Amino acid sequence: MKILVCIKQVPDAKDVRLDPETNTLAREGVQSVINPYDSHALEEAVRLKDEYSATVTVLTMGPPQAEDILRQAIACGADDAVLVSDRAFAGSDTLATTYTLANAINKIGGADLVLCGKQAIDGDTAQVGPGLAVRLDMPYVTCIRRITDYSDNTFVVERMMDDGYDELEVDGPVLFTVVKEINEPRLPSLKGKMKAKKAEITVLSADDLGANACHLGLQGSPTQVVRVFAPELKGDRVMLEGTIDDQVSQLADIFMEAG
Amino acid sequence: MDYFLTEEQQMIVDLSRQISEELIVPKRAELDETEEYPTEILDAVAQADLYGLYVPEEYGGLGAGTFETVLALEQLGRGCIGVATAFAASALGAYPVLIGGSDELKASYLPDIATGKRKAAFALTEANAGSDASGIQTTAVLDGDEWVLNGTKQWITNAGEAQIYTVIAITDRSKGARGASMFVVEDTDPGFSCGPKEKKMGIRCSSTRELIFKDCRIPKDRLIGRQGTGFITVMKTLDKSRPGIAILGVGLGQAALDEAAIYAKQRVQFGKPIIAFQAVQHILADMAIQLEAARSLVYSSSKHIDAHPRDMSKASSMCKVFATDMAMKVTTDAVQVLAGYGYMREYPVEKMMRDAKILQIYEGTNQIQRNVVGQELNKEYSKI
Repeated sequence: MKILVCIKQVPDAKDVRLDPETNTLAREGVQSVINPYDSHALEEAVRLKDEYSATVTVLTMGPPQAEDILRQAIACGADDAVLVSDRAFAGSDTLATTYTLANAINKIGGADLVLCGKQAIDGDTAQVGPGLAVRLDMPYVTCIRRITDYSDNTFVVERMMDDGYDELEVDGPVLFTVVKEINEPRLPSLKGKMKAKKAEITVLSADDLGANACHLGLQGSPTQVVRVFAPELKGDRVMLEGTIDDQVSQLADIFMEAG
Repeated sequence: MDYFLTEEQQMIVDLSRQISEELIVPKRAELDETEEYPTEILDAVAQADLYGLYVPEEYGGLGAGTFETVLALEQLGRGCIGVATAFAASALGAYPVLIGGSDELKASYLPDIATGKRKAAFALTEANAGSDASGIQTTAVLDGDEWVLNGTKQWITNAGEAQIYTVIAITDRSKGARGASMFVVEDTDPGFSCGPKEKKMGIRCSSTRELIFKDCRIPKDRLIGRQGTGFITVMKTLDKSRPGIAILGVGLGQAALDEAAIYAKQRVQFGKPIIAFQAVQHILADMAIQLEAARSLVYSSSKHIDAHPRDMSKASSMCKVFATDMAMKVTTDAVQVLAGYGYMREYPVEKMMRDAKILQIYEGTNQIQRNVVGQELNKEYSKI
């Protein structure tokens, strides 16, 4: 089985700052990590590799520095890595991103299983997984919390729902997006880190993909960010005082008044 | 201080540090309370390949030296020396096979030890044989194609958790020191059992039990090396392993200094953080000086051991004494800096102080280590 895991570099959530001028994330000098949901996708791929015979390729689109997270992924068990990187990709929204990633996946010969995190913790759109599946003409299931079985090219999976889960059977090739409940990502191993250090990362440019320039980057992105702002904190605050009983009865009165 | 580590060595430090901070530190207080063996953490350590650090590549390990092993242990010990002891005990149990074992024994045991699939333990101490190894009562008698072991080992680290035990027993009492031999015993061997878990002052998550051999029968080829070489194997094993104990003192000392310095910056008395008072600064300064001196000695001793495997004893004993005495002092000082808070179990330093004590005792008391250094000096100066 050929597994492809799409990962994204995001700022380390422990170290997030906003640029006060532009209200965008300050990425300079902030440690980049693998998007946490994508780490779960990677772990699931490595787990499947341990259980069934499989190869795991990680793919990311980003600037040259995004190579770091690809090496982190190899240290955690991926076999090889592809970086899709070109100035032409700058400013991509999810539509342009899925176009670019789909081209890259086709370029490297497709996959039997594509795994993505449910969403990225910076953009929070949750669109890339499903969008990519459509571009690849694959079925997809989002929010997978467990892959229970794989045999004869059929996956049995559990999809997380608000009030329980669905059990589904789906034939490959297929794309799944995963939730964090699916597994506990492993730490890197020493052998993995040594392999990662030496690994050759394939870099694909817009030319390598043979992509249509009008679908790439800003030009291929109908989503335009008009303004980014921090919402003003509104709402009245009332501090209740007195004993707990007093406060509870005051609170009940406030609720009753507000209907 | 910069010790000019290679890229690979730094990788070992970073990974071990990550395990320590993400997995060990959040669990250490709970493990100390419950005295539970840290199985989950050690599984992660195994997955990170650390069990295979010192095992030769031909047996599935990374083929690294004592120095690299020490670098990993320092970071794990910084998190909790109970967890680090549980980890290191497997190396101690494996060393006799590595040092004296036949190719067949190495091939049978080292690959599983390197992956952490099976853990090892080292069994020397008995009720009447601690510092004086000649008091060993456990016997091994050859009966056809099997050795039959009888006796009881005491305070064996990893007992009950390990699957592979390297055990010293008397094979010919008339030959004195040359009458002892080492064997590999597996946990499933008939006649082998473990006693209940001992209740200890510190390193409480590590498992310490008796090993009981009652007509325990093992195949003849489980003898490590030749018959009668048991003491030599034990001495070489301990020479090789002691820097590992020394470095636990350094890791623990570093953790204690970290806690004390951070607290001293936050704690305000008489209108100032207490780190502004010279009385406190001097305590912290002495902690840092002794800690760095110990680290330097352990690092250089480990490198010496890697370069001169026939001349390990003095370096090994010197660094064990210095670094573990330092750990006892530095952890005691950390409790003093935190004072009332330091004495409370809510803060980590009282555990560090309880844990530190064992370092001066196990793998040869610090008094015995001074004997070793003294005897080596006597030998050296007789040559002049």
